[in-house]
Amino acid sequence: MQQPVLEVRGIRKEFPGVVALDGVDFRLFPGEVHALIGENGAGKSTLIKVLTGVHPADGGEVVLAGSQVWIAGPLQAQQAGISTVYQEVNLCPNLSVAENIFIGREPRRFGLINWAAMRRRAAELVRELDLDIDVSAPLNSYSIAVQQLVAIVRAVDVSAKVLILDEPTSSLDRDEVRQLFAVIRRLRDQGVAILFVSHFLDQIYEICDRMTVLRNGRLEGEYLIGELNQVQLVSRMIGAELAGLDQLGGGKRRERTAPAGGTAFLQADGLTRRGAVDPYDLAIRSGEVIGLAGLLGSGRTEAARLLFGADQSDGGTLRIEGAETVLRSPRDAIAHGIAFCSENRKTEGLVGELTVRENIVLALQAARGWLRPLSRTAQDAYALRWIRALDIRPGNPEALVRNLSGGNQQKVLLARWLITDSKLLILDEPTRGIDIGAKAEIQKLVANLAEDGMAVLFISAELEEVLRLSHRVGVLRDHRMVAQLDNDGELTPERVMATIASGADQ
Amino acid sequence: MSTASSQAPSPGSPPATATSPLKAVTRFRLFWPAVVLAVLLVANLGFTPGFFAVHVQGGHLYGSLIDILHFGAPLILVSLGMTLVIATGGIDLSVGSTVAISGALACLQISRSADPGSLGTVLTAVGIALGSALVLGVVNGVLVAKVGVQPIIATLILMVAGRGVAQLITDGQIITVTSDPYKLIGGGYWLTMPFAILLSALVVLAAVLLTRLTALGLLLESVGGNPVASRLVGIRAMRLVALVYVFSALCAALAGLMVSSNVSAADGNNAGLWIELDAILAVVLGGTSLNGGRFSIGGTVLGALIIQTLSTTVYTIGIPPETTLVFKAFVVIAVCLIQSPAFRAKLAGRGARARRTAAARPHAVAPINREVGK
Repeated sequence: MQQPVLEVRGIRKEFPGVVALDGVDFRLFPGEVHALIGENGAGKSTLIKVLTGVHPADGGEVVLAGSQVWIAGPLQAQQAGISTVYQEVNLCPNLSVAENIFIGREPRRFGLINWAAMRRRAAELVRELDLDIDVSAPLNSYSIAVQQLVAIVRAVDVSAKVLILDEPTSSLDRDEVRQLFAVIRRLRDQGVAILFVSHFLDQIYEICDRMTVLRNGRLEGEYLIGELNQVQLVSRMIGAELAGLDQLGGGKRRERTAPAGGTAFLQADGLTRRGAVDPYDLAIRSGEVIGLAGLLGSGRTEAARLLFGADQSDGGTLRIEGAETVLRSPRDAIAHGIAFCSENRKTEGLVGELTVRENIVLALQAARGWLRPLSRTAQDAYALRWIRALDIRPGNPEALVRNLSGGNQQKVLLARWLITDSKLLILDEPTRGIDIGAKAEIQKLVANLAEDGMAVLFISAELEEVLRLSHRVGVLRDHRMVAQLDNDGELTPERVMATIASGADQ
Repeated sequence: MSTASSQAPSPGSPPATATSPLKAVTRFRLFWPAVVLAVLLVANLGFTPGFFAVHVQGGHLYGSLIDILHFGAPLILVSLGMTLVIATGGIDLSVGSTVAISGALACLQISRSADPGSLGTVLTAVGIALGSALVLGVVNGVLVAKVGVQPIIATLILMVAGRGVAQLITDGQIITVTSDPYKLIGGGYWLTMPFAILLSALVVLAAVLLTRLTALGLLLESVGGNPVASRLVGIRAMRLVALVYVFSALCAALAGLMVSSNVSAADGNNAGLWIELDAILAVVLGGTSLNGGRFSIGGTVLGALIIQTLSTTVYTIGIPPETTLVFKAFVVIAVCLIQSPAFRAKLAGRGARARRTAAARPHAVAPINREVGK
């Protein structure tokens, strides 16, 4: 077998509190297009950043063209022959195409830039990739797609061994994607190794030869594109063992039937936000748990944020307890009894340098306004009660919340909303990254809350968990709600997964 | 995961996790600012034996310590306002100009009035100064909170333009006033103490009560600590942020009244010049992070006193005027480093760290590593 141009073995990268990459192996052969696949947070970007020298690895080795290297920075990566084109084009839009291609390494004569040579070389490079553009025109006179191709031209000319394309198609339309793929194929045929990172499974199947799947910072496997179909790939990404799923919970997964009629607490009709989520309908009754399933980045969070006023919808209507309502801000939503636990606990949920007690009372205090402070006694009572009820550790209300583990932080976040008078609880990935014990406790809490009459919108990438808790499951794919499935005991993870993969209920 | 974090030390943990009483003391927020202030004061005692002496003369308290409090009063006020602005993650560069404008407006009003010595005239002048500051604060607040201009830029506008406005008000001249009630604010005495000390103490006390007895402090810290999360818990951040700029402007205006009253003159050019930088420094010395979040008004007062003591020291030990600022700069750098936990940890664990790093990179020298290889 041919020797890989780039090989990493046992690469490890830790950020404070998170293991982003845990002993990942990866290899890239010359003349192939290789897809790097995984959900958000699986470690794709971290791996790219390690390869390009943005983050130094904490362990493991990188072998480039047969010799072990230490990539200390982006410059070293480039000198070693690894170039990257990022999602947002990192070029100077006001300079000409030729200048952008040669910026920092302009052809010179007598110490001055040789403009004629620069334009000539640039025109040659562009023509090699079958692009018909005027290299002396400013870059911003071209579409984003062409700008991206120019970035690729530059990257390939700088160093042509390994080309990393990070989400290159996310802002391109269909024709532009085709043009990009033509360029990718040409480069592949020239022997360039191309690492292709994308959310779009169809595109991966169209252009790639081989794929590496990451999950939770670990290597899930390396496959030839023909080895897995899309459903199998999705299950590898999510990590659910298809066969094992049914046995979870001792097969005792109860049938969850929706509570009897009445008007929905919340009803969305054609609610939408351009670029975030296509129009969707959703009704949530009190005492009902609605699950949202779909890959990360499929629009689940975006759909939920519209229900909380975190983002403004630009179409459709929202009815709360029967009355049509426009949520202008989260404050509006909170006033209507809606609570939202963000999937990003640290950046959108907790205030790390405040204490557990302060974080727990924050939402209630915000609703009361600063002139009606909760007394310290009341704050302590709330904090202690919920620390005990949810078994938050350490059980010290004065501990800084940033020093807590993920599971305990999640409980603090839940406690924050449970002391307010919420009627609908939106939970976005409440169990991600937390240990099994805490996970089970949170699931139990959700089930109990619903039994006590709370409406819950439960978002999770773990189908097993969604099916265990939800009465109904909304499935999203590519920012569209493609199906709503009743969890009637017949609903299996396989069927949900097939719906995610195919975009239709089968 | 949970076991790891339960072992992690947290400043707010009960004594069980504190290893020794000494550590518990040094972890106290105000410990390092207090140490620095004490060291500076004791050092002064070495140069000036009677430095700590306070005596009564004609019913007034006199002494170096009283002077530090007296001349530090405007800085304490400006720093107080700055503390709350910084707590929200912002910064207010315009306070120096506000100091100048406020003094200029008050002095102009008094100098124009028929009866400069009457209480009514002075109260009107104070009212005008504070009222204008209110407007300036609202402008800053709206620019930052509503329009969304970066605080440093929004307040830079008033910093530059305000200095010009102050000079327009005074017509480029120094306006001198003779008014006993006005003189009281910055140069007079009340109950044996300089009035400025009492006034600043009163405002500081009011600010502490306002932020800690209401939920204002918590909400400000939340907004500064994590603006995104604060929006998602329903805090009306816009109002709060605007409010702190108004408060900062009012504090600066009071300081401006003190400064001009003390010299019985308004100098649009020099009043409050660079005081914003001293105030920012005082806030940082007091342990409030420029990133926003947790703030400490007590720390800020200590920080302002450190700066004022430093100025006093420079004069008393006879450092040549041309090197004054350089001396101050070095002391400030030293103070900041001492207070930085990261620096202290580095100082303590340098050897161990260097060994660890070397061990972690066995193949740090690589064939392609041209830059490092040089």
